[in-house]
Amino acid sequence: MNLFENVGKFSRFLVLVFSKPEKGKTLFSQIIREIDKLGINSIGIVVIISLFMGAVITLQTAYNMLNPLLPDYLVGYTTRESMILEFSSTIVGLILAGKVGSNIASEIGSMRVTEQIDALEIMGINSANHLVLPKIIAAIFINPFLYVLSVFVGITGGLLAGYLTSTVNLADYIDGVQYAFIPYYITYSLIKTAVFAFIITAIPSFYGYYVKGGALEVGRASTKAVVNSSILILLANVILTQILLK
Amino acid sequence: MITVSNVNKSFADLKVLNDISINFEAGKTNLIIGQSGSGKTVLLKSIIGLHEVDSGSIFYNDRDFTSLNLKGRKEIRKEMGMVFQGGALFDSMSVEENVLFPLDMFSDMSEKEKKDRANFCLNRVNIQNSNHLFPAEISGGMQKRVAIARAIALNPKYLFCDEPNSGLDPVTAILIDNLIQEITKEYNMTTIINTHDMNSVMEIGEKIVFISKGNKVWEGSKDEIFNTDNKDLNDFVFASELYKKIKKIS
Repeated sequence: MNLFENVGKFSRFLVLVFSKPEKGKTLFSQIIREIDKLGINSIGIVVIISLFMGAVITLQTAYNMLNPLLPDYLVGYTTRESMILEFSSTIVGLILAGKVGSNIASEIGSMRVTEQIDALEIMGINSANHLVLPKIIAAIFINPFLYVLSVFVGITGGLLAGYLTSTVNLADYIDGVQYAFIPYYITYSLIKTAVFAFIITAIPSFYGYYVKGGALEVGRASTKAVVNSSILILLANVILTQILLK
Repeated sequence: MITVSNVNKSFADLKVLNDISINFEAGKTNLIIGQSGSGKTVLLKSIIGLHEVDSGSIFYNDRDFTSLNLKGRKEIRKEMGMVFQGGALFDSMSVEENVLFPLDMFSDMSEKEKKDRANFCLNRVNIQNSNHLFPAEISGGMQKRVAIARAIALNPKYLFCDEPNSGLDPVTAILIDNLIQEITKEYNMTTIINTHDMNSVMEIGEKIVFISKGNKVWEGSKDEIFNTDNKDLNDFVFASELYKKIKKIS
C-alpha cells in the first residue's frame, strides 16, 4: 500500500515539477548554477573512481587470462567494453546517487523544515518546479559529459596500470581499445546515463520535498533517497539493457 | 480586509479549528493569541492557504480564497507578504538577493530599479552595509528584519507574521513589533500577527483575537483586555506575577 501511495504522490510531484516555470530567465540562471553544483563539482570523484576502476579491470583481466590462446589485446578490449557498457554509466551513476542524491535530499529537506519552501509558496511560486526542475535539466545535460570523461579516464587508468605493472604490452592494449568498436554502445550508455540522471535528481528531491519534522527526519529522508535511487538505477539498468540491446 | 467565516479544520480525528469567524481589518495590526497548541498557527496557515480548510470560507476583501483554483490563489498570493517564525530566508542567497528575489520573480522593473527598491526596503527596516552577508552570518533580529524587508518588497496588501519576535531579546522584540506596526500604517495593510508574547499584545494589539482549544474565545482591543471577565483569557494574559500586578494597578 505504501508503495502505491508513494508512486501516486511521486506522480503528482512530477506534475508540479514539469509545469510551466515562473520566469525563463530565472530558470536558465538556476540551471547554470546547478550544472556547476551537481556536475562540475562531481568531476573530481568521477575522475578518481574511473581511474581506479579502469586500472582494476585491466589488472584483473590480465591476471585471469591464463589461456595462452587468448590474444593480449583482449585486456584493452575488455577494459574499454566494461567502461563503456557498465562502469561509466551504472557505477558512476550509483556513486553520484550517493553524492548528489544525499546533497539534494538534505538541501530541499532543510528548506522544508525551515519553512523556506512555504515562503516560496506564499510568494505564489510553484516551489517544486522552482527548486527541482533546474536540477533535473542540469543533471540530464551534464551527466553525459561526466560519462564520456569517465570512459576516457578509465581507459587511461587501465593503460597506466598495465604499463606500470608490466602486465600488458602498451601496443596490445591500444590495439584492444580500438578492436571491434561498436558506436551504438555509446548511444546505449548515454541513454542510460540520462535516465540515471533523472533518477538521481528526481527521487532525492521527492524525499526532501515531503520531509516532515526536523533534522533527524532530514537525515532519514537523505538515507532513503540514496537507497531508493540506487535500487531504481539498478532496476532501470536491467530494463534499459533488455530494451536497447536485445 | 480579511474575513474568516465559519472555518473548521481537523487532522484525522483531531479537531483543531472549530467554527472560527473573524474580521481582520485593514490598516490595523490584528493579533491572534493563544497557548501553544491552541490552533493559532493552523488558523494562520489556513488563512494563507498552506492548509486546506474542511469547511468555511476565507475572503480577501470580496474574493473567496477557499473557492479559488491554483491560478486564482496565485494572484492573491502575490499581494501577500509573510514573516515566518524563523525568518525563512533563503540560505543560499545574500541579504540583498533575498529581498531582490520576489522582485526578480514578479516585477517588470529594470535591474537598477529592483536594486533601488531592495535597498529602500532594507533601509526601511534599518539594515545597512549588510547586503552581501548571508543569513547564517547575521543575528536573529537582523534575520527577522530582512524577512520583513522581503515581505514588503512588492508592496503587499496583506502581511502575515508568525511569532515575529520569538527568540529575540525584549529590546529587539519591541523594535520588530513597532516596525511591523509602522509599516502596517504606512502601507495601509491588513496585518495578522500570531503571537503569545504579552509585550506584543500590550504594545501593538489594535485588534486581538484569543484562541483556545480551537475555538475563538474572545476578541477586542488591548485596552479592553484589562476589563475582560473571560477566565481563559485572564489566565493566559495575566499568567505572570508582573502582569497580575499590572492588572491590579490598572
